[in-house]
Amino acid sequence: MRKPVEQLEEATILFAGDSGDGSQTIGTQMTETTALIGNDVATLPDYPAEIRAPAGSLAGVSGFQLHFSSEQIHTPGDLCDVLVAMNPAALKVHLHKLKPNGILIVNSNNFARRNLRLAGYEEDPLEDDKFTKYQVFRVELTQLTRKALEATQLTTREMDLCKNFFALGMILWLYNRPMEYAMKWVKTKFAQKPQFIEGNILALRAGNTYCEATEQFAVSYDVKPATFEPGTYRNIEGNMATVLGLVAASHQSGLPLVYGSYPITPASDILHGLAKYRNFGVVTMQMEDEIAAVGVAIGAAFSGALGVTGSSGPGLALKSEAINLAMIAELPIVICNIQRAGPSTGMPTKTEQSDLLQMFYGRNGESPVPIIASSRPYDCFDAVYEACRIAVKYRTPVIFLSDLYIGMGAEPWKIPQLSELPEIRPDFAVSADTGNGFEPYLRDPETLARPWAKPGTAGLEHRIGGLEKSDVTGHVSYDAENHEKMVEIRAEKVARVADDYPPTEVFGAQEGEILLLGWGGTFGAIRTAAESYVAGGLPVGHVHLRHLNPFPNDLRDILSRFKKILIPELNSGQLRQLIRSTYLIDAIGLNKVQGQPFHVFELHSKIDEILKEIGHL
Amino acid sequence: MKRKRTSRIPGGAPTLTKKDFESDQDVRWCPGCGDYSILAQTQHIMPDLGIPKENVVFISGIGCSSRFPYYMNTYGFHTIHGRAPTIASGVKTANPDLSVWVITGDGDALSIGGNHFIHLMRRNFDINVLLFNNRIYGLTKGQYSPTSERGKQTYSTPLGSLDTPFNPISLALASGATFVARSVDIDSGHLRPLLKAAFEHKGTSFIEIYQNCHIFNDATFELYREKEFKTDNTVLLEHGEPLVFGAEHDKGIRLNGFQPEVVDITNGEYSTDDLIVHDQYTEDTTLANFLAGMSDTSDLPHPMGIFRSVRHPCYEDLMTNQIQTAKERTGEGDLEALLNDGETWTVS
Repeated sequence: MRKPVEQLEEATILFAGDSGDGSQTIGTQMTETTALIGNDVATLPDYPAEIRAPAGSLAGVSGFQLHFSSEQIHTPGDLCDVLVAMNPAALKVHLHKLKPNGILIVNSNNFARRNLRLAGYEEDPLEDDKFTKYQVFRVELTQLTRKALEATQLTTREMDLCKNFFALGMILWLYNRPMEYAMKWVKTKFAQKPQFIEGNILALRAGNTYCEATEQFAVSYDVKPATFEPGTYRNIEGNMATVLGLVAASHQSGLPLVYGSYPITPASDILHGLAKYRNFGVVTMQMEDEIAAVGVAIGAAFSGALGVTGSSGPGLALKSEAINLAMIAELPIVICNIQRAGPSTGMPTKTEQSDLLQMFYGRNGESPVPIIASSRPYDCFDAVYEACRIAVKYRTPVIFLSDLYIGMGAEPWKIPQLSELPEIRPDFAVSADTGNGFEPYLRDPETLARPWAKPGTAGLEHRIGGLEKSDVTGHVSYDAENHEKMVEIRAEKVARVADDYPPTEVFGAQEGEILLLGWGGTFGAIRTAAESYVAGGLPVGHVHLRHLNPFPNDLRDILSRFKKILIPELNSGQLRQLIRSTYLIDAIGLNKVQGQPFHVFELHSKIDEILKEIGHL
Repeated sequence: MKRKRTSRIPGGAPTLTKKDFESDQDVRWCPGCGDYSILAQTQHIMPDLGIPKENVVFISGIGCSSRFPYYMNTYGFHTIHGRAPTIASGVKTANPDLSVWVITGDGDALSIGGNHFIHLMRRNFDINVLLFNNRIYGLTKGQYSPTSERGKQTYSTPLGSLDTPFNPISLALASGATFVARSVDIDSGHLRPLLKAAFEHKGTSFIEIYQNCHIFNDATFELYREKEFKTDNTVLLEHGEPLVFGAEHDKGIRLNGFQPEVVDITNGEYSTDDLIVHDQYTEDTTLANFLAGMSDTSDLPHPMGIFRSVRHPCYEDLMTNQIQTAKERTGEGDLEALLNDGETWTVS
């Protein structure tokens, strides 16, 4: 008889094991399957900087968390309903994330004394009384996988590589998901290694059958599909959305894309992604360093292409002088900063949003540069596209901010129609239409953008550079009055970018007690918290800034409509400092600098505290 | 090996003159600077290149020499210290039809921009690099440079510099440069044809130009630059010719084991048959490296001319090929298909 199925609204699962255990692989497969059957889903990979830390060690634990629901969700979840721990180290690192009465599946074959010691356990922790508060399932994952694969030609070592699919088979059973999508993926992935197609599929089925057959698992769960707006969807990671946004901007503008980069976590996937699209005319250049990478973007822009570079905080530090050159030369380039935890090398595989002030101020002289931040994985597409549009329209470098959390996180994305994409018009100068010959700094009166004249255009030969320019002519100038004027013009040009923004969306209360003001990858946690207050009828609003420089023109008015402004950030208060100095508002901060995203409960506790203070709770 | 370019001017070349390449900006180098001559020679050969001036781009870094683009009536970009190669790489990749020239100095190319310099050489874009070597930092008023001789006394090294200088020719060769040459700022008869040869070479062309800074490092190259000394202290490299030099063509360079040495070819002991015969087109860099090393010692003449000129694939052409091949194999990029790639589902 079929075991009973319990309906749930949502679930959060965390796969964890050694870096080589394949947790990222099965996490991604569970995500794909879950998205394809119609749930909303959000993911959080969490992996070590070391490629292969010593097996079984705490440093080597790699985790993948996914949250799925029959409702719209914005985060990968705070606490987990299920933790799959492939070894004691994974258990030790992640147990605190498991809900009371949560399901804990461990590979009991990996709980021998040696593994326990590597994780710092004296005794088998599962014998401890405190584990009675979880539903513990000890499964001999290694042995069962080997047994399932004994008829194959695989060596024991190769069989063990398949045990993650045994675990995936179990989870697919537990949440009533089909195995077909994972099987399809295995067949493509291992097309060159057919023995692994057989091995992984056998392991997957064995895991599934094991749950069905064994008395250990009495019930399974189901999460009904979520309601989405009509449209075609795909699952997408933030970095992939960035790749597609750049290709789209190139395609729609007719400007060939030249992407200069230097490998760095977590931005390298953008280089890898773009390198596949030569058939779109995309040029990717892996350069000798970060400076060369931005240099080719600037050179490409001078030649009349869409010049883009991408990196993370340490790379941005190296690029700052060149960004300043693009600023004073007024050439359109886009600089992607996929932020990670700093300072210095910091924690390369952990997330943070602590580069905001670096992006605002990390250049010598007065150097205004528009800054645009994406708020969630799929939003990277729109945000980087917008960065390209503004760069081209205003002839300015634009910084696109993403972070590791949204760059590597995935969620369903409603694929846009090409006709919905905003226009990007290069409007190259084609002739010198003044009596004085071509004047490279004669500006558009509305946008203050200067003409973009590409080499090869007869009659528009001109020279630009990093020395101060004379207004209009662009000749080198040391004139005192001119310098001040040019500083003002460059500031005014960037200020006018704000005239291009749509009205700022305020979610929830339009005025009242608390405005949650956020930016970047914290969107999911803040919006999830805001939704619960709004549902409870409390006067809480949420504004999430896409445009950080310049701020939207209507922001001052919005801020004035709330008594308290709470700015949650994964830094020590960088946006808060900017808001306080710009608007002379005593904004409150909620700050976390741990290399980890916000938990929704952390926001609740701060918001509750403020609501209590002002007598609303 | 050399490839003559066809003119890219539709309907035949309009006649351009040197004047067409002079910008309206006042040239502001110190009076007597060697840069004036290099600028004049460059402007002089431009009309002969058979390309319209709008297709010419001069890109520089920072330093005295790097003001050069402002004085050329072409497209120009005066960038940041040491980074001209990176910007030139972007310019050339984005538009391979442009004739791209990098103007740099010994500090710009070999110190702050050393990393970019070596990588530029190995990538072999079809661009031309003119390194004005004056063995000193001029714009910052007289500090020693990476080509200054050890022991150089300057404001920053009153007791003498401690580091061994770079040999720019050796560095370029070691980095895989396909065209490596040397000339002198004021020797128009030598520099002009060399500039043209650099232009004609398909690949990165590197010319080290001995340039005099008479304010901060006067006469550093006087042995190789001044008429009365240079015949005995330089040897002209000519493909297929033995290395003969001297006012009376009386001396030659022969290889003694692994050491080049000067021999007298007038006293009967040696003849031109004993001398090194220059071969600039050989793929092997051994000879070029021997010749490059001659300027590291004080008892050998400095070779002038083309050390090496070989044809290798250019980065921008390989990139264009990859794009072409990808388009042929998978078809011109279809954005709509790309966005809808992979597993999708439809909600109605």
